[in-house]
Amino acid sequence: MEVLESADIRELKLDAIRREAKEKGIVEAPGIRPVGSPFPIASPQTGYYGHHLLKEPQWTELIPLYFFVGGATGSLGAIGALADLISEEKDVALTARWMALGGAALSGVLLIIDLGRPSRFLNMLRVFKPQSTMSMGSWVLSGFSASAGMASFADLLHQFFGPTVAGQILGALGRAGSALFAMPFHNYTGVLIGATAIPVWNSHVAQLPREFGMSGLQSATSLLELAGYESRTSLNLLGLLSSATETFEFARELAKPNPREEDAPLRKGASGALVTTSAVLSGPLPLGLRIAAMVAPKRHRRKLRIAAAIAGVLGSLCLRYGWVKAGAVSAQDWKLPLRRNG
Amino acid sequence: MSASMETTGIQPGEITAFLTDSTLCIGCKACEVACKEWNELEQDGLTLSGFSYDNTMALGHSTWRHVKFVEGTPEPGLGGNAPQQLSWEFSSDVCKHCEVAGCLEACPTGALVRTEFGGVYLQPDICNGCAYCVVSCPFGVVQKNEEDGRAFKCTFCTDRQKDQLQPACAKACPTESIKFGRLDDLRAHARERLETLHARGMHDAQIYDPTDTSVKGIHSMFLIRGEPETYNLPPRPEVPTVYLKEGWRSAAIQGITLIAGVALSFLAARAKRNEVQA
Repeated sequence: MEVLESADIRELKLDAIRREAKEKGIVEAPGIRPVGSPFPIASPQTGYYGHHLLKEPQWTELIPLYFFVGGATGSLGAIGALADLISEEKDVALTARWMALGGAALSGVLLIIDLGRPSRFLNMLRVFKPQSTMSMGSWVLSGFSASAGMASFADLLHQFFGPTVAGQILGALGRAGSALFAMPFHNYTGVLIGATAIPVWNSHVAQLPREFGMSGLQSATSLLELAGYESRTSLNLLGLLSSATETFEFARELAKPNPREEDAPLRKGASGALVTTSAVLSGPLPLGLRIAAMVAPKRHRRKLRIAAAIAGVLGSLCLRYGWVKAGAVSAQDWKLPLRRNG
Repeated sequence: MSASMETTGIQPGEITAFLTDSTLCIGCKACEVACKEWNELEQDGLTLSGFSYDNTMALGHSTWRHVKFVEGTPEPGLGGNAPQQLSWEFSSDVCKHCEVAGCLEACPTGALVRTEFGGVYLQPDICNGCAYCVVSCPFGVVQKNEEDGRAFKCTFCTDRQKDQLQPACAKACPTESIKFGRLDDLRAHARERLETLHARGMHDAQIYDPTDTSVKGIHSMFLIRGEPETYNLPPRPEVPTVYLKEGWRSAAIQGITLIAGVALSFLAARAKRNEVQA
């Protein structure tokens, strides 16, 4: 930038005054104007110097990862609890149960690292508070982990001692608990961020649990396919269900004629890029690949299914990071919390 | 010299409040200093933000009182060489101690509690640093201290209140811009003061106390000139629990969809296999 001498600035001002007098016939602005003016002001139009009111989320980068792991784990729990009850796919169910147990353990580890000390997680279990989604989530995670543990312990008993009464009771309890807790566990994180003061989150409070849940189901399906079950029709149907839903959500978002102000972080900038990438990776891309796998010649089917599964996992990861990043951007928008209607 | 130990006479069980009167504030920041002194808060930078005389721009984990310096649009002076006239208001911000508090509702550990004086108090020995209160406060007050790992905010000097002493900021305020007392008394006082100001021709004065939103009013009210937006006070703050019903309903429907989807997919796959075998 060219550095102007004070004399230059004063000459420029004279020019401006002459121009204004010539064009308008009157000089409205005051003659004395300090260098650097106009200064920032606080007003109903500019807020408090445009400084944002809300605080940004202060979670570590592990929290969106936890959202991903939790979503997949909950859905794996549901698959593990139900698959071999209604069909003979015992192998898929057994793998899903072990993966659910591993996911539950990993969830705990991620949360503890975020909090800093293991004992801090126990503070979560001091109270049971329905109006706090964080409290509910802690109990749901604990209940799910205990159920997944029981179900897998029953599997171990079965493996070493065959059918036993204790094993069957433990297994039934574990599976019932897994299926029950899987419902909130695979998508409560959508309610968690939805019921906050962050505008982009609370304006999507109904959409978030649906999208997070379907994304969790998609990643669970994809992870099972990547674990060696890429030829199962059951998993492809689940993959079709979740990718079709995500495609529908994506199309609906694109079709919005007038995006709201609070939607901006979902469309623009780094957060917008992540959210859009996640929509493509979890919606149209795996949907197309899965349909292709159904009609393609047999030798290509495996590759198409694997590609769909990889897209699904990456899409789910991008979705969590995209939404959390969008929340940070939204919190920095000083205008949104100062609106009078909305 | 002996310290002045004037007692408030307020007993536990009575609801206390702040009334921060911007029309009396001189921007001296004695409240900020007194708060840090009494609560032993770390300094958070002696630098100026560049926006008037504001240091920190906002409340935070180590800033529990924050003086705002509100510079308005310059108006041309009257006649001759008169300089431009600048409107310059000061207002000391603080935790709002909401009637229905977003942070308190969100806290999963029970660290945030309602005190015997109706304030919202964060117990540091219980807080586990989950930072959910940070995103649940519609006023952006609570903040996590990243070094310490826990969240902090104004305690309403509950420790002093128990000893029938007024909060440090109110005691240090040299112009009684920060008033401390019983909530009902201060609400009445605020109305009287507003009438006086209006009578004197200060027609843009108003009381900030959002009683008509889900926050249902605050225990630290403000008397300001002009619109609340100028002071970064949200005109319609909402406690985030209002979104819970919609969120959980959607979550429940999705939960059922999960179970039904898994059941139907494996059922359909079985039917298809049986068909192929038959």
